[in-house]
Formats: sequence, C-alpha cells, structure tokens
Amino acid sequence: MQPGGPGIPQCNARSPSLFTINTWLVCSLLANIFVAIIFPFCKRVPLRYQMKVKVIARNPDDYVRETKLDIQRVPRNYDPSLHPFEVSREYTRALNATKLERVFAKPFVASLDGHRDGVNCMAKHAKSLSTLLSGSCDGELKVWNLSKHECVRTLQAHEGFVRGMVVRYCGTSFFTVGDDKTIKQWKMESPGYGEEEEPINTILGKTVYTGLDHHQNDPVFATCGQQVDIWDEQRSSPIRSFTWGVDSFSSVHFNPVETELLASCASDRSIVLYDMRESTPLKKVIMTMRSNTLSWNPMEAYYFTCANEDYNLYTYDMRYLAKPIMVHMDHVSAVLDVDYAPTGKEFVSASFDKTIRIFAKDGGHSREVYHTKRMQHVICIKWSADNKYILSGSDEMNIRLWKANAAEKLGVLAPREREAANYSQKLKEKFQHHPQIRRIARHRHLPKTIYHQTKELRVMKEARRRKEKNVRKHSKPGSVPVVSEKEKHVVTVVK
Amino acid sequence: MAKVSKKKASKKKTRSGGAEQSNEGHPDVIYDDEKEEDATDDDVTVEDEDGYDERKRQKLLEAIGTLSGKRKKTLGERSEAAVHMSEFTVNVEGEGDKVDLSDLIGSMKTTPGLSGKSKKRLKNMEQSRKTIECPLSKQESERIRRDLAFQKVSKEVSHWKSVIRQNERAEQLVFPLNQEHSGPKPIERVVMDWKAQTPLEQEVFTLLSANKQPINDPILTPTEEASVKAMSLEEAKVRRAELQKARALQSYYEAKARRQRKIKSKKYHKVLNKAKSKDFQKQFDEMVKRDPAAALEELNKMEMARMQERMSLKHQNSSKWARSKAIMAKYDEGARKAIQQQLEVNKDLTQKLVTSLNKEEEETMEEEGNADVVPDFVNDAEQGLDFSNPWMTGKLSQDCVEKETSNAVTIRAEENVAEEEEVEETEEEVLLREFDNRRKRRQAQEADAPVMLMEEEEENKDASDKEEEELSEFTSLFKGLAEGCGEADTAAEQEKELKIRCQEDEELLTQGKEAEEEEATDKGPVVPQHPPATENAQKTGKSRKRRKGIELKQVLTKGAQVLQVPFAPTIEDAEDSEEKLDQRGLIKEAFAGDDIISDFLKEKRKQEDAGKPKAVDLTLPGWGEWGGGGLQPSCRKRRKFRRKMTPPTPRKDQHLPGVIISEKRSSSIRLHQVNALPFPFESPSVFENTIRSALGRTWNTERTVKKVTKPKVVTKLGAIIEPMTREELVKDKNGASAGTSSSVKRKP
Repeated sequence: MQPGGPGIPQCNARSPSLFTINTWLVCSLLANIFVAIIFPFCKRVPLRYQMKVKVIARNPDDYVRETKLDIQRVPRNYDPSLHPFEVSREYTRALNATKLERVFAKPFVASLDGHRDGVNCMAKHAKSLSTLLSGSCDGELKVWNLSKHECVRTLQAHEGFVRGMVVRYCGTSFFTVGDDKTIKQWKMESPGYGEEEEPINTILGKTVYTGLDHHQNDPVFATCGQQVDIWDEQRSSPIRSFTWGVDSFSSVHFNPVETELLASCASDRSIVLYDMRESTPLKKVIMTMRSNTLSWNPMEAYYFTCANEDYNLYTYDMRYLAKPIMVHMDHVSAVLDVDYAPTGKEFVSASFDKTIRIFAKDGGHSREVYHTKRMQHVICIKWSADNKYILSGSDEMNIRLWKANAAEKLGVLAPREREAANYSQKLKEKFQHHPQIRRIARHRHLPKTIYHQTKELRVMKEARRRKEKNVRKHSKPGSVPVVSEKEKHVVTVVK
Repeated sequence: MAKVSKKKASKKKTRSGGAEQSNEGHPDVIYDDEKEEDATDDDVTVEDEDGYDERKRQKLLEAIGTLSGKRKKTLGERSEAAVHMSEFTVNVEGEGDKVDLSDLIGSMKTTPGLSGKSKKRLKNMEQSRKTIECPLSKQESERIRRDLAFQKVSKEVSHWKSVIRQNERAEQLVFPLNQEHSGPKPIERVVMDWKAQTPLEQEVFTLLSANKQPINDPILTPTEEASVKAMSLEEAKVRRAELQKARALQSYYEAKARRQRKIKSKKYHKVLNKAKSKDFQKQFDEMVKRDPAAALEELNKMEMARMQERMSLKHQNSSKWARSKAIMAKYDEGARKAIQQQLEVNKDLTQKLVTSLNKEEEETMEEEGNADVVPDFVNDAEQGLDFSNPWMTGKLSQDCVEKETSNAVTIRAEENVAEEEEVEETEEEVLLREFDNRRKRRQAQEADAPVMLMEEEEENKDASDKEEEELSEFTSLFKGLAEGCGEADTAAEQEKELKIRCQEDEELLTQGKEAEEEEATDKGPVVPQHPPATENAQKTGKSRKRRKGIELKQVLTKGAQVLQVPFAPTIEDAEDSEEKLDQRGLIKEAFAGDDIISDFLKEKRKQEDAGKPKAVDLTLPGWGEWGGGGLQPSCRKRRKFRRKMTPPTPRKDQHLPGVIISEKRSSSIRLHQVNALPFPFESPSVFENTIRSALGRTWNTERTVKKVTKPKVVTKLGAIIEPMTREELVKDKNGASAGTSSSVKRKP
C-alpha cells in the first residue's frame, strides 16, 4: 500500500488497495472466530493456573465531563518541583505576549469623510455612543452614525467657522457657536419631510464666540470670546459675565464633577478658574506660552490638563496652581486639543504635528502614538464615552476612528479568551522593566519628520541643560537655582 | 415730620447739656405718641402743623371722592419716609442737618426688652467720635473677594480627596460606577415584587395568610414571636446561663478528647489503656461483690469479644498492613515491634477467661489445642541458612515450651482462684508461695516433656553443624563483607549456647526456663521462643506488677498462626549485597577509563588559576645592558621589574569542593537583565520578589490565577461611563462613618 494511507486510494492502483482491505477484513473475521472458539476453553482453565491481573480502576466522575460543552478536566499537581524555571518560562511568555501585542496593534478603525473643509470641532452625544457631531471650518455641521460609518444629517449651522459645539445633557438638543456671532440651539432629531432645517433658538451676540460648554445637569451653558458668559437657556442675555483684564478666550470648560466650576484658556497665556455662583473669577495662572484648551478629569474633581503651545501638556491640581503636578512631553509641535478618557485614567491629545498621543494621567511620556500618512494637523479629539475608541478631526476634512487600546480585540470576548488576555496583560506588566521587553513594547514607527524632530528637540534640550549646568558651575553657589521642569513653565499665579 | 422735629429738639438738648438729655427725651417721645402739639420750639411746630394739616386735607379729599361712588384711579402714595416723596413738594425738613446716632437710638430708653449692658454699649458708641476708614480701591476689594471665593472653592473641592485616593489604590475599578448589582437578589426583594398569579399560588397564599405564616420575611411566625416575648427576662437569663455553662463544659470535654486523640505517643496510649483496664478491673471486682449478675454480663461481653476475635482475622498477621510490615521488618525495628504488638493484642483478646466453672473443660481443650500445634514450616523462608533468625533456632523447642506453658497455665488458673481468696496477703508471700507451687507441679509433669525437647534439639544440632561449616567457607570467601561475618559469628554463638542448654540436665533447664515461662504467660507464646527477645521481655516484665483478679494474660489459648518476621538481617541479605556489589563492580568496569572526579578537580584548578592575576613583567630589554636577537634580559633585572598584582577576592566556591561557581559576567545574559531599580520599587529585594512569584495557572490554582490577573480597570461593553457625581462623595462619607469605605464598586 502507498504511504499515503488507506484513505486515499490512487486511481491506477485501486484493485490492489481494495484487495488489501479485503484481506484485512478476512483476517479480522478469522481472528474473531478464533477468539470465539478459544475463549470457552479459556474459561475452563482451573482456578489455580489463572493469572491474576491487577487493573487500575478509576472513577469516571473524576475525568468524564458532564456535557460536551464543558471543558475537559485536567488534574494538576502544583508541586513546584514539577514545574521548574517558572521565572524564565513566564519571561518567555511575557516576551511573546509583548510581541503579539505589537503584531496585533492595528488601531485605525475607520475614516469618516464628507466635510468640505477642515473639521474644527466635535461633540459626543450625551446618551448615545454611536452618535457624533462635527463642525467644520465652512460652517457645516454633520451628525454621524459611528457604527455604520455614515453621515446621517448635514446642516449649514453658521457663516464661517463652527467654533464650538456641545450636546445638552439630556441629548435632545445641541448648541453651536460660530464666527457669525451667534449661539444656536438645534434639535437632535432631523427635521421631518418638508420642514426646514432651523435652529430652535438663536442668540445674537455682540462679539465672536470662540468656545462653548454646557453644564452637566442644569440648563445653563457657558460661552467664551472676549469674556466668559454664563447663560440660562431661557434667557437671551447672559446671567453672568466674567472679565479679568482684556483678553480673548479660546475655550471654556465646565468641571464635570464639581459642576459649578469652570476653567478657561485666555490669549494672555493664562488659565482662569471661575465659580458660576460667584461674581468674580477665582484665580488665574499665567504660563510661558498659551494654552489652547483644557480638559477636566471626569473622575477626579480637582485635576485638569491643558494643551499648550509649547508642545507639552500640563496637569494641574486646581488648588495649587503654582506648579503643575505633571508635565506630559512627547509632541513635537503645538498641542491643539485634549480629552480625558471617561475612566479618568488616561487622556488623548491632538497636535499640530499630525499625531495623536495617549498619555497616562500621571505619565510624563505618551504610551501610544497614532498617525497616518494622510492625516494632517489634528484639530479636535474626543475619547468615546465607553472608553473604547478615540475620534479625531483633522485639517484634511476627515474624522478618524481609532481604538483606544491598539491591540485590543473588539467585541465580546469568550471567558477563556478574556482570561488569557488578562494573564498576558499582567505578564507584560510584570516584566515591563526588562530591557528586551521594554524595547519591543516601546517600539513605534514614526513619520520621518517627527522622528527627526524628536531627536532634534532632545539635542536642544540637552544643550540647554548643559549650558545651564555650566552657568551654575561658574557662578556663585546658590545664585543660579535649580528650577525643576514643572516650575519652569509657570510665570505667575494671579489671585 | 414730627420725628424730625423731635430729633432737632433732642439735638439741641445734647448741645446744651448731655446730662439733661435723658430726662427730657422721655417726655418728647410721649408727646410724639400722643400727637400733642405741645412742643418746646415754636417755629418748628408751626411748620410741623402745616405739613400735618396738608396730609389731613388730602385724606379728607380722598374720603369725599370715595363718597361720590365713582371709583377714581388714585395716585398711590408712598407711606414710608423717603427722600423723593413727591416731585413737587421737595421740602425735606432738616436737610442740612446730619442724622446722628443718638437720633436712631433715642427709642432705646423706652424699649423694655433691652438689657442694661447693651444700653451701656450703645451709649459708649454714641460718645466715641472716630471716623470710619475710607473703603478699599476696587481692585483690592475684588482681589480679596476672589481670594475668599477661591479658598471656599478649594476647600469644597478637597472633599474629593479621599475618594480619589481610594480609587487610586483600588485593585480594580469597575466602570460605569453606578451599575446595578447583577447576581442573586435578596429573597425579600424578589418576593416583594412577585405576586401570586395562578390559582394554585393564590390558594397557597391564602392558606399562608390564614395561618399567619410569614410570607415576606420567613423568620418567625407570629406565634413564635409571641412565645419569645412571653418568656420573662430573668427566666431567659437563667436559662441562657445554664445553656452557656453546659455548652462550655461540653466544649472543654470535646477539646480534651480531641487533644488526647491527637497525641501520637504510643507510650501515652499504652499507659492510658492500662489505667483504663485497671479501673475496669476494680469496677469489676466491686461488681462481683455487689452485683454478680452485672459481673456475669460483663464476663459474657468479654467472651463475646473473644469469640469475635477468634473468628476474625483482624489481628492476625494476614492483613495487608501486617504483610507490608513483615517485609519491612527485615530492616526496621519499629515494624518488628508493631507486629509484635499486634500479636499481643490478638493474644489478649483470644485468651479464654478462666473461671472456676469451666476450668476442667479448658484443660481438655488445651490438650487438644496442643495436639494441633505443629512446627511452623511456613516460616522458613531462609532455606535453613540463617542461624541468626531466632524463629528458626527456637522452632522445635517452641512446641514443648508451649506445652509447658499451657500446663502451667492450667495450674495458674487454679492459683488465680486461690489468689482471689487471699487478696489480703502481702505480695511477697504470694509470690513465694506461687513459686513453690509451680515448681512442684512442674517437676511432676516434666517426665514426658524433656524427652521431646531433647530429640528436637539434637535434630537441630545436626542441621546447624552442617550449616556452620558452609558458613565458615562463605566467610572465608567474603572477608570484605563485615556484616555477613558478624552475623554468622553471632549466629554460631547462639547456636552453641543452645547446644549447651540442650545438654544440661532437666533440672537446670527447667529452672532456667522458669523465669522465661513466667514471662511467657505474660507476653504470649511468641516472645519466649527467641532468647534475644526474651531478654527484652524480661526487662519489661520486671517492671510489671503482678495483677490480681482476672488475669487475662495468664490464660493461654491456642497460638495464632505467626507470619515469619525476620529479626535481623539474614544471609539472604548478604547475597543481596553481593549482587549489589556485582552491579557496582560492573559499572566500575564499564567506566574504568573515566576519572570524573579528578577531571573536575583539574577543571576547577584551571579556573582558579585563570582567575588569579598574573605577575607583570615590566622589563624593557636593552635598558642598561645589551639587547638584540637571542639576548635575554638578565635574571636580576627581570626579578626587579616583576610586579606582583594584589591577590583577588576569595572565590565563592573556595570552600565547596564539588562546585565551580563562575563569577564572570555573561554579556549575553546581561541583555535580558534589569540593570536599574525601576521607579515604584524601593528595594531590589521587593522587586525580585515580584518577579519571582509566578502568575500562571501552571503554578497557581485557578482561583489564585483569577485573583492575581484581575485587570485594573473593567468597563462594560457599550455602556456610557458618566463622570463621577456627588453621590459618590456622600456614599464615601457614609461608608467612612460605617467603617467600610468604598467609593467605587469592587468585584466580590
């Protein structure tokens, strides 16, 4: 017979193979008969000549599973001497897990195109995860269905830029501000057949509004332009206006936890804190460069992070503004937008350098960087409310959908799959300090320009550090104090 | 108007004299109240009157107007005193005058509720003439306001500190925060929601409610509750105390029993058992006197136990355990003892109770039993080679000994009866008499026994002689095996002793054996068969006291079939060792060429040498002497410029002859090693510990793995995570007050 096995009879050699099968059958039959003949005799063998055979008997309850859906029970012996080299074995596993993570790291999910100008602002829906609103630089506003990757509604909201956009906490309507000095309130539902696309309410202001945010659970919203205004939804004039010197403000944000507090970024390089209940602002901190926007931590009441023009992000404790608690560095150009994850553990930043970076809230450097060839300056960024996705709007008119964890498997995981994922995650954490694993885990491909710019910045920084060191060395001790990186960027705190 | 005038008046008064003011201010007020026009100053009153009249007139006109019936739209008049009363009547009296504090507090004297203290304070204030500081500039005041507001807010915000801390420390956070607890709900809630729908359910419920059974909270029925209430407090207390006491006692007893059961010492248990049996015997004795019926019952019980023992193989040597022990007994002293003990137990249990009633029967029975006793040839597994085995040597003599003992037992039984009668006698006397008796009886019976003994011994002697010769040959062959030799020697000696004994006259023999036999009655038939064992037995036996009453052990019944238990390494053992030696020799032969040890030592020496720093020769050829090809620098110079290096630190394997520890760093391994302590760790040992503990299911149980690999953040798929709300803060506060602070849901 052919070595291919009895299951694959070949065409030209059919008859011999059949023959062999037949002979085999005959043999087995004969054997059966033989056994049948012999066996009765065997039975009559006197007792004393019978060999005693000991059989190992096992209780089937110990190893037979109840249904076929159950997992086969595997008895284990946890004696450590039977499982030696645990550290090296786990190290190998960790290394493999890290490598696989890099293999499966494919963060880009989808691109939503349709805008005819750069995307200037975005807003998450308060109640629906699959809805996203985006406003572009030509005043157009689009409502997207994220699960279908399609635009469900388009409307011309403003003349000129749509500067700010926010969805009311109930999710039934949203507000927009634009360059045409108006605040408009729109219904979330698209108008019926034959109805015209019209705002529910329009407020004509005196100056251009540059930012907008809504209170967490009251019908109150705040705008900023030349001053910060607090509006009641029912009134056409602000219920309160805050000014402090002559500035123009770029953004205003309500604190989601302590809902009466606000913070705004002004063009005089300052960040100003307000309390809605007070008639005056609370405090402001002036930094070396302007902050573009800021984001409050949704789980920790007194922390906020601001995106600065000096390529860094700064996390502040609002009670102690003299020094940020953390400086987040890695971008190589101005940071334009920042948004916290809903868990408050991480935040994502969008930069003029065409990348998106994800930082841990207490990490000085980013854990992840996202970029594509076609993505230009990223203007706005949002972290989805289920902590799974990141949405970025950029100059080249596209909105991109990314995974928040690049290597994570989407969708429902089977229990064993989840356990395996948890285990490999823990292994990675355990061995994260080992050089080989760290090297692989940290490895990211970067666009050439960014790679070189990073290098350049590093050299510059090193040079500055060296110079400072030299100055200190050659001057009177104590006359050139050591200023920490955190302190360097704060000019003053104004009461 | 009137008020103003009064003020004026009072002011003038104060100007004229402060002392009179209080006296005269009082009537003023009264005037005011009574609307009297008796004033001190004339022109003022005139003006006053004019104004008063004006108002009166107005009112009158209004009243007339209303009388006409036609409703006119009236111009509302402000009733309160204000600066702008009317645009046309701008005649505010006393415009140039300042309002003084004394004007305002003029009514103070009349107010009855005011305390004297505050009156005094107000008076002092009146007299002080300090100016108020001018208000702050707008900027400054705003700054202060801002500062205050900020402080307030930061204080408010700081309440979150504990929540944030906890969430940072939490091993696992589950988002969204306010999830409904999934899983089984408390039965009460489920039942509350549930309503009887089907007729059957309704019927059940009606039954339950009719019988006042609990439906929602199934703890106590109303009747039960009532009964609970009915018990008075004192009663309950007393009852509770009793119960407590009982429980405590029970628990003590249990604890004691548990403790005793746990004690592994055999000696302890032996002592305990002995004490118990003693007690039992005492009781039995008393019982015999007091309650013969009960004593008979006890006896029956014992008889029953004996029967059971005889029927069962429980303490025979046939059990699995005994067989395994028998195998082990070759090497293990403990196993040997264990077997012996088991046999003793058997003996004890199978001993027949000797009472005066069945004495005769027993004797006959014994005779028959003796006839049954045959030499135990099953035991000779050693092929008659071993002399060291006392089982073999004593085999033939055993029978007669048994006979003797059995005879002795019958006598003893009689004695026992006698002894029972003479309990009061001193022990010594008893002993002596017993001795005498025994001797007499034995001499009478010994006529047949020694003959048998002699024959057997002779047989034994012949066999042993041959064996001895063989043995000597063996010993000459394997001189190296010290063990075998020793055994053979001892065996030979024993044999000789036996022979001597055989040749001694009966008298002597019997006398020598007397002691043994005495012990034999105690120890059972196994022990006296081998001299070395009997010595032990004698030692123990001496310590033993003779017992009165029913001496179970003095009664001998048929000996149990004894499994062969070798008592010392035998010649077979020697053969084994020979085989082993062969094996070893074989291996040695096979690896004759390899000298691993010396190779290893050489290797180590080499490594040590390599690690030693070499002396450096710094001689430069040609300096101070001729140089060139074929010329060596002089010896003196070489010695001079030879630099010895400092000796290296001692090697780690310095004192370990069988180990080589390489102290070189391997660059290939270094690539994978952590070279600096990572951030959150404070000491290398902590870090190493975290690395050392394995996480996987190969090393840990399923539960541990689950616990260890728990992810830090868990989110629900497709759920919106809302920002933290103030309820969390409240919850945290409540939790902190209750002692279980948990701001965030954690997985159980």
